[in-house]
Amino acid sequence: MTTISVDRVSRWFGNVVAVNDVTMTIGPGVTGLLGPNGAGKSTLLHMMGGFLAPSTGTVTLDGAPTWRNEDIYHHIGLVPEREAMYDFLTGREFVVANAELFGLPNAGFAAQTAIDTVQMEYAADRRIATYSKGMRQRVKMASALVHNPSVLLLDEPFNGMDPRQRMHLMDLLRKMGAEGRTVLFSSHILEEVEQLAHHIEVMVAGRHAASGDYRQIRRLMVDRPHRYTVRSDDNRALASALIADESTAGIELDLRDGVLHIQAIDFVRFTRRLPHVARERGIRLYEVSPTDESLESVFTYLVGA
Amino acid sequence: MNRTIARLTMRGLLSPRRLMLLSLIPLVLLAVAGLLRGLAEGLEIDTATTILSSLAIGTVLPLIALICGTGAIATEIDDGSVVYLLAKPIGRPTIVLTKYLVALFGTILLAVVPTAIAAFILAGADKGIVLGFTASALVGALGYSALFLLLGVVTRHAVVVGLLYVLIWESLVGGAVPGAQALSIQQWSLSIGEKIAADGLIASAVSLPVGASLLTAVALFGLYFAVQRLRSLTLAGEQ
Repeated sequence: MTTISVDRVSRWFGNVVAVNDVTMTIGPGVTGLLGPNGAGKSTLLHMMGGFLAPSTGTVTLDGAPTWRNEDIYHHIGLVPEREAMYDFLTGREFVVANAELFGLPNAGFAAQTAIDTVQMEYAADRRIATYSKGMRQRVKMASALVHNPSVLLLDEPFNGMDPRQRMHLMDLLRKMGAEGRTVLFSSHILEEVEQLAHHIEVMVAGRHAASGDYRQIRRLMVDRPHRYTVRSDDNRALASALIADESTAGIELDLRDGVLHIQAIDFVRFTRRLPHVARERGIRLYEVSPTDESLESVFTYLVGA
Repeated sequence: MNRTIARLTMRGLLSPRRLMLLSLIPLVLLAVAGLLRGLAEGLEIDTATTILSSLAIGTVLPLIALICGTGAIATEIDDGSVVYLLAKPIGRPTIVLTKYLVALFGTILLAVVPTAIAAFILAGADKGIVLGFTASALVGALGYSALFLLLGVVTRHAVVVGLLYVLIWESLVGGAVPGAQALSIQQWSLSIGEKIAADGLIASAVSLPVGASLLTAVALFGLYFAVQRLRSLTLAGEQ
């Protein structure tokens, strides 16, 4: 049982605030750290991993500070995002070296177990320089698992993996979580997080935007007002028909661009009703596009919620 | 000292291909020594010591030490692979000391040993010239390696800063401004040789006590600050 506590932590680089007054507790099981690029996920992970000092606040691992404390690495396995990893070694040599650096008495055996766990035996004796991104990711994973840590920190672990490798890593992380390890991974892709983690922490623009069960957060994301841009052969008639339906809250007739800007409050109903309404009135739809589906806007909405 | 770190550093620093390329530097020194010996039958002892001071101690030694000292750690910090050393329950002094010993080994192999051989070719076994220059090169290696290792931890432009120090400060300024010589690892190293060799054959701008103590101070402070810096190393490029 190992718990990471982040207590009122801020971190700034010069004038830029990367992490802003964040408090969270990460316990056993799989937790997803979700947020758009530049939200401060990596900065937070670096502070948890002891590679960055918080500007204010404390980051502790079972009560012990992570900054300038080498002892935490007995308990932490780290999977960094960056690729570089002693390319001149073979995968096996790399994992064995990591096992030795952890001071394990039987480094060869521990390395073999870790290599088997990530299913890299078939390429273990090839030089890392020849590995694909997914293979590198798995060897990094093996090097982080080799000392059987109670905490696993992974920075964007699914980047560059193909679907099969992704599924395999997800299975592995699920298993680690089920064994009672504290597994925290960062991602900017909602689908990745919801497939793997029940518990998610959402970061937006350095702030801690949401925390909890992903289903609830997902619902918040789905239920928010959606904006659409619609172009048809009779915008005015379509507007009057749609505003009568309870799925919309506002419609703007944009004469200059010849489009409708629609704010839908019941996303599911709106997407079903729109084609029906158009057909009933004999209106031809040329374009229906959501205008704020970027992840950033979803997150920004969450911050306000 | 940690054997695994030593092994990793050694393989990164002195891979067969790198070793071959790096060997070109001492080979030039040996070629010059051989040529001079072969061409000039009665080689003046002064010419020999000048060549050894400026080419061996003044050029080959700092150059090799720079490559080995920065290469032992700066490359890993640059590409981020140092995280695999730092995310381990290993004391930072152990990491720095191990890297230092590997850098030192490379410098001894590629600069100190060639200096000894060149000195023997140029001056023969008498008058303590071989011993004098070898000792100078060895203590110089101790100082340079610590300084360049520190540079590798402190700045991302360690090679450039190191080159500026060697080329501008030690060679250019040190050659023209007598006062600057007092602050030069090269001169401190030569103060040992000056003491060992027969009178007046090896010249240094500083006395042995001054040279030895400054050299020790630089080596110790270099290692100490490298440890401190590594403790607070923030891995760049995370944003």
